[in-house]
Amino acid sequence: MMNVVSLILAGGQGTRLGVITNEIAKPAVPFAGKYRMIDFTVSNCVNSGITKVGVVTQYMPHELMEHLGIGKPWDLDIKGGGLYILSPYLSRLTSSWYKGTADAVYQNMDFIRKYNPDFVLVLSGDHIYKMDYNELIDYHIEKGADCTIACMEVPYSEASRFGIMVTDPFEQIIEFQEKPAQPKGTLASLGIYVFSWEYLKRVLTEDAMDHESENDFGKNIIPRAVSRHERLFAYNFEGYWRDVGTLTSYLDTNLEILGPLPPLDLHDKSWKIYTQSAELPPAYISENAKVIKSFISEGAEVYGEVENTVVFQGVIIEEGSTVKNSVLMDGCVIGKNTILQDVIVCEKARIGSESRIGVGEFKESLIDKKVYNSNITVIGYNSVIPQGIIIGKNCVIDNYVTENDFSVKEVQSGEGIIKQI
Amino acid sequence: MRVLGLILCGSNQDNLKPLTRIRTSAAVPMFGKYRAIDFTLSNMVNSGISKVGVLTQYNPRSLMDHLAGGKEWNLDRKRGGIFILQPFMVGSGESIYYKGTADAIFQNISLLRKGDEDFVLIGSGDHIYNMSYMDLFKYHIRKGADITVISSKICREDSRICDYGQLAVDNDGRISEFVEKPTDCIYEDISMGVYFINKALLLELLYSSVPNNGYDMVRDIIIPNISKLRVYAYKHSGYWRNIKKSIKEYYDTNMDILKREVRKELFYSGRKIYTKLKDYAPPKININACVSNSLIADGCIVNGQVKNSIISRGVIIKAGASVENSIIMEDSVIEEGAILKNAILDKSVTLRNAKRIEGIGEILTIEKDSVI
Repeated sequence: MMNVVSLILAGGQGTRLGVITNEIAKPAVPFAGKYRMIDFTVSNCVNSGITKVGVVTQYMPHELMEHLGIGKPWDLDIKGGGLYILSPYLSRLTSSWYKGTADAVYQNMDFIRKYNPDFVLVLSGDHIYKMDYNELIDYHIEKGADCTIACMEVPYSEASRFGIMVTDPFEQIIEFQEKPAQPKGTLASLGIYVFSWEYLKRVLTEDAMDHESENDFGKNIIPRAVSRHERLFAYNFEGYWRDVGTLTSYLDTNLEILGPLPPLDLHDKSWKIYTQSAELPPAYISENAKVIKSFISEGAEVYGEVENTVVFQGVIIEEGSTVKNSVLMDGCVIGKNTILQDVIVCEKARIGSESRIGVGEFKESLIDKKVYNSNITVIGYNSVIPQGIIIGKNCVIDNYVTENDFSVKEVQSGEGIIKQI
Repeated sequence: MRVLGLILCGSNQDNLKPLTRIRTSAAVPMFGKYRAIDFTLSNMVNSGISKVGVLTQYNPRSLMDHLAGGKEWNLDRKRGGIFILQPFMVGSGESIYYKGTADAIFQNISLLRKGDEDFVLIGSGDHIYNMSYMDLFKYHIRKGADITVISSKICREDSRICDYGQLAVDNDGRISEFVEKPTDCIYEDISMGVYFINKALLLELLYSSVPNNGYDMVRDIIIPNISKLRVYAYKHSGYWRNIKKSIKEYYDTNMDILKREVRKELFYSGRKIYTKLKDYAPPKININACVSNSLIADGCIVNGQVKNSIISRGVIIKAGASVENSIIMEDSVIEEGAILKNAILDKSVTLRNAKRIEGIGEILTIEKDSVI
């Protein structure tokens, strides 16, 4: 058994998820009925037998920390290891937020040093995938690598969103481009790195001395190492992996698991994903309810119609309502005779009866075109939508909106209600 | 106020066979994810009790596996926590089983003597209810009671009434007569079998009764002392069932959860019922499924028809299968085209394709691990 330490970078802001990540870090975003994004990476670690896990937080960490706790649901509440939250800190000499991904690891080198591991895994807390890291580490050892990067073939049109690698026939990386305008290939980095500890120590210390550097793995560490012909290898991962960065990909990735042969099988008992459970009774589906192609989580009560939807824990869908192609997060309430289509409803939002949400024609967003640019309408955390409201497509209702914030009966497509801070 | 909780789950005098052939009645699965003992145990924890002894002797393996160190109930404590109390051999090698409820507590008297608790709450492992005992504690002290018995009401017409101990309660709440399982209905107030008692008094009563062959809590301790001690009844007006009484009672109690008001009272009162978690994914209802008036637990995959049923964790119902008025326990599989009606399937049962099982006139029970 190798001595491995995992560092999970969980400071991501996830700006393109709009109001969903206004109050929480991206790794804490709810996913697939009962999970949060970070559950996948943490579960992969424990399923791979890695029990020394540091979670590096920075942006809006409270809900994430509450969720992780001391790692009990993952059996990481153990002696001689376990789960640790690594927050930015003040030191005697310097004090700063984590500048880049490499800086986040550099500032926590003492945590790694304590275990004096053979290998360090640097992972991202906001990817949805199942991976046995043992295979990655075995490959790293077999190649005698300094650093191994897990990667995947992506369509050429997508390639400029990723770090792109060019490899020689022995899979050694000979060129690395970070989010290139003209990609030289289609082999994309998944942001999953394994480093030999001695090597990582050296490159991080060197990078920290360089004041020009942005202290980022993708921008600085990897390109510099490649240019020096150090032993960096690409590990070709052929399983399921998603970076849920936008509202469209968030909804799609959620709905993808509902198919008859889902690419991500959460019911597979050989690789369970663990999470903090709300501890509610099983879901109830009523006499007149109609449910197809959906996940209905514990504590949910369905009296209306639900199709192609992920229903989280404790959600109530009242009689006469119809919900299609949507995600309803924990504790939402959908009133009677309400229609929802292509809607993401955040936790504890309450939608009044006789409302229609996600109707009409698509219009360009007047709020933020970079974030809101699809048919999807988003209802923020704890918002209250009064009875009889009509909300169009590509709309956004902010977190904590109350009935008083609705001066109109209808929110046109592309518009929204944003609270002034 | 420091209270020691004791949960009795010893008896094999239940009428739940074959469900209890392999487990004690306290460990019988309930509502798709729970076991009967979860309710009393969670009630105790939710009422601030942090030391609980579970008295068990009859086929406890399943119960012990479920409770383990008490982690799910926050009872994996350094101070207090959960104690699983089994009968044990002493010196000479004569086997000593618990001869009754009082004997069971007496054999574990060191737990009572060692602790610093002032009171003892004695509950039962096979009762289904959600209740805070906090008010009971206050009531006991306000009345200056020696023993307080939690009581419930059953109307005279209810056929179940003769299965319970009946109580004559005066206006003040004091019990003047306790009739254990009479052949006829005398009083409408029944004992729920939950007793709250001062620890020092309990010790005294046990020492004077058990060595003289008085092994039963009610018959040998409460009833003979009913006029000498201040025995009070604390009325519980909410939902309460004792599933041990019969398969029908067990079945009806499970089906009660399909009523919104029962779910509300048992699970959404603000006091959670804890159980051992399995970390299954949320249930998946597929395109051809048709589910109505049913409870579907985590880890299920439903392709067929389900009506008026309780489907426990990890059950697979394949396309074209039909399930009606049934309880299916964990990890069972209903294959293509199979039909299940008016039945209880214990855990890990496989109903092969196109097979038909139907309880006619009564509920049919299929044993664990059967393949049909």
